[in-house]
Amino acid sequence: MIELKQLTKTFDVGKTTLTAVDDVNLTIADGEIFGIIGYSGAGKSTLIRILNGLEKPTSGTVDINGQKITDIKGAELRKARQKVSMIFQHFNLLWSRTVQENIEFPLEIAGVPKAKRVEKVKELVELVGLAGREHAYPSQLSGGQKQRVGIARALANDPEVLLCDEATSALDPETTDAILDLLVDINKRLGLTIVLITHEMHVIRKICHRVAVMEGGKVVELGDVLEIFQTPKQEITKRFVAQVTESEDSSETIKHLRELYPTGELVKLVFVGEQAEQPILTQLIRKHPVEINIVQGKVSHTQRGAYGTLILQLKGTDAEIRQALEFLNQENVQAEVMAND
Amino acid sequence: MIESLFPNVDWDKMWEATYETIYMTAMSTLFTFIIGLVLGIILFLTAPKQLWANRIVNWLTGVFVNVFRSIPFIILIILLIPFTSFLIGTIRGPNAALPALIIGAAPFYARLVLIAFQEIDKGVIEAARSMGATTWTIIRKVLLPESKPALISGITVTSIALVGYTAMAGVIGAGGLGTLAFLDGFQRSRPDVVLMATILILIIVFIIQFIGDALTKKADKR
Repeated sequence: MIELKQLTKTFDVGKTTLTAVDDVNLTIADGEIFGIIGYSGAGKSTLIRILNGLEKPTSGTVDINGQKITDIKGAELRKARQKVSMIFQHFNLLWSRTVQENIEFPLEIAGVPKAKRVEKVKELVELVGLAGREHAYPSQLSGGQKQRVGIARALANDPEVLLCDEATSALDPETTDAILDLLVDINKRLGLTIVLITHEMHVIRKICHRVAVMEGGKVVELGDVLEIFQTPKQEITKRFVAQVTESEDSSETIKHLRELYPTGELVKLVFVGEQAEQPILTQLIRKHPVEINIVQGKVSHTQRGAYGTLILQLKGTDAEIRQALEFLNQENVQAEVMAND
Repeated sequence: MIESLFPNVDWDKMWEATYETIYMTAMSTLFTFIIGLVLGIILFLTAPKQLWANRIVNWLTGVFVNVFRSIPFIILIILLIPFTSFLIGTIRGPNAALPALIIGAAPFYARLVLIAFQEIDKGVIEAARSMGATTWTIIRKVLLPESKPALISGITVTSIALVGYTAMAGVIGAGGLGTLAFLDGFQRSRPDVVLMATILILIIVFIIQFIGDALTKKADKR
């Protein structure tokens, strides 16, 4: 378990003081994939660096599996870092070493003898899907392959926690998904706790169990990923959610849909978890005399279940439409008439 | 044919001088490499925000490097005469040239080492720290290997400069092709001796450059 208590970090910039991390309190469970999202300058980079002692907090504590990372230093801290490893946006591989030698590096630091190192590397190369590329240099690899080396290197000393510092931000969408799948696989297979920071809601949606939204050094919203997608509270969270639910909420789109479907009511439904798999529409048209027309729909899958939105055109009398909406609300589907402005 | 083109050249003396020049260059390059590397590492690691950040050490090393890099070599030799005679016991011959050569070239190389280290991606050093590496491990396994091509091309440049320095040291009697060209060639008005010494120095420089380029290319896996 990782516990952050009243964590604050300030930097002196000239005469002014910048508060990068402002009184952050978080508890991250073992085996959890925990995401921290924020725009650049939100303090998430500083926060993740405090977790392995690369930065010292101004005040507050970090406790990882019973060890106070913020209190130790020297040899003890170096030893602790072997159990809290990290992968990076720009991979940070040593270009002068082959894939094999890069993965061996943390093992050399830990003082593992050569024969064991070779054995371990073989295992890791299989795990991350790089078998056959052991003797290539980083310059001969693609971005995705480089990050696979980064992941193998981070796993070499059997860490308990893996910190991901914008690990997919330099990759194209397809490679991003492949790397995210690998992280989920590792999380399940090794029971490793993953803490990742990102500015892409896609990453949170795809692999995280819980998410903290950071703004101005503070955690402004925290919760289960599905819950955050369903009912984002803060303005900034809504903006992040809109990154993946895309254009359907913008007034432009609504106006456009209005023009295309001038009659009846446009209703946006949000399904979460099990509901996304229920035949709710069938029930709706069987029980209510309304006509429905599907305008737009989308189901996204998160680690905690599916999440879907559907825009319907409902035709009927006002009373019929009202009853239909009541039915949907009873079924715990969030139904909302799209504003006509 | 060569005999008629270079009538005044005493080949035994010429080869001995060549050997002395190579000896002085090789020895001073070796020590310059070691001392320059140490100074470069200190300059790099004691800079602000680095692993050994220390304003005073950084400033002192910086001053030392800048002062000795700035003194013209011919003046440095003269200034170092007492130091040389204390250390070597004489101020004549190839060995006596070494202290001045090394003290003149090591600060220059230290700057090149510093630049080479500054070119290393900071993220790689951070990655090594995140794995629990000690500073010594970072020097040995990150700084040195990751800057290897620049360190080699730097020592190549320095070594070639040292060939030139040995010739200057020749003027005060260090031996080598510089002394030969100056005493036997210039002062006795034998231009063929000067020309032959020049050709041999050029050959030495070309060989150093060739070896340096080949090693740099081999070390660079980027």
